[in-house]
Amino acid sequence: MKIIPGMKDKEMEVIMGNLLRAGVILSAFVVTTGGIIFLSRHGAQKPNYHFFQSEPQGLRTIAGIWKTTFQGRGQSLIQLGLLLLIATPIARIIFSIIGYLLEKDYLYVLITLIVLCVIFFSLKII
Amino acid sequence: MTIFLLVALLFIGAIAAGLLGSITGLGGGVVLIPLLTIVFKVDIHYAIGTSLISVIATSSGAAAAYVKEGFSNIRIGMFLELATTFGAITGAFIAIYTQPYLIAVVFGVVLLFTVVASFVIKYDIALPQKSSKLAMLLRLNSSYPTPEGEKKYNVTNVAGGFGMMAIAGIISGLLGIGSGALKVIAMDKIMRIPFIVSTTTSNFMIGVTAAASAGLYLNRGYIDPGLSFPVVLGVLSGAIIGSKILVKAKTKILRLVFAIVIVLLGIEMIYNGVTHQI
Repeated sequence: MKIIPGMKDKEMEVIMGNLLRAGVILSAFVVTTGGIIFLSRHGAQKPNYHFFQSEPQGLRTIAGIWKTTFQGRGQSLIQLGLLLLIATPIARIIFSIIGYLLEKDYLYVLITLIVLCVIFFSLKII
Repeated sequence: MTIFLLVALLFIGAIAAGLLGSITGLGGGVVLIPLLTIVFKVDIHYAIGTSLISVIATSSGAAAAYVKEGFSNIRIGMFLELATTFGAITGAFIAIYTQPYLIAVVFGVVLLFTVVASFVIKYDIALPQKSSKLAMLLRLNSSYPTPEGEKKYNVTNVAGGFGMMAIAGIISGLLGIGSGALKVIAMDKIMRIPFIVSTTTSNFMIGVTAAASAGLYLNRGYIDPGLSFPVVLGVLSGAIIGSKILVKAKTKILRLVFAIVIVLLGIEMIYNGVTHQI
């Protein structure tokens, strides 16, 4: 790695570890906030999870979650926190691609890019 | 029962699951799905969605610690993630078209297998002297820290390990679990990677594998905020407490008790599935 001279796999691993931790903490904070709003509004209602009926559109697409979060909905804020959690390993992958690029390890750039594409396909980003 | 009470009970249950999972090293996901489906009568599709999310949380949380210590092999992880992520979206697609009772039966079988893998299979094998050509080409051979200094290791049978990882990915995407037991078998038994490297790299990979099926789960509406929030926070808290007391606790008896619990839950899931109660 040339930005930080002499940086090797080891340092990359340390940064990755911090990245993962920060992602989890941020996500837990957002989920907790959303959970408190959700409970204060719907806590007294009866749950209905016995039969599967899928979630409403606003809670199952990235665009939908983003839009409804700003309407102040607790459930959307929870989903946003969960998206942040899903994004944590993705951020790690993107960071690895940059690391391998700087190490000029093009075989691993390719391998990591394919893994990233599979996840983006699943999230309907591509 | 109100939503408030359900959330409170789920939170307590999830703390216990995360705590036991991290102390025993068997993972918290394996008890979450029976807890949700058998105890709280939640539809299995919601249960696997909730479990998958908590798997990402614990994997990222634990990997943060392991990666820093230098045990996990990032190259092996990245390469094998090719197999697990393709497997995971395949598994998630299969889950969409599979009846709940069938998922329950497969889940029960995997639970029983997890216990067998953790107790019956012996992992203390001698390391191979020679590396395979493919492992050299992919630069998978590395070293890990021991009290006597860095210890080098070589990797063998890359293709076999890759195939096993694809199966682990399918199981993970189908059932919303980390399938760490299968991942460790692929690395330790097939590729002959040292146990400590296998387990920590497996944990590191679980998050990426789960992220691959999480998008599909989300789009299908399997991930419910009301169920996910107490479970994610509970499992995370349990795992953090577990990692703090790990050094002190006598884990042998606890592992045995937890294994018996998992066997019983596995049989219960199979029974409920066969009799179409799930």
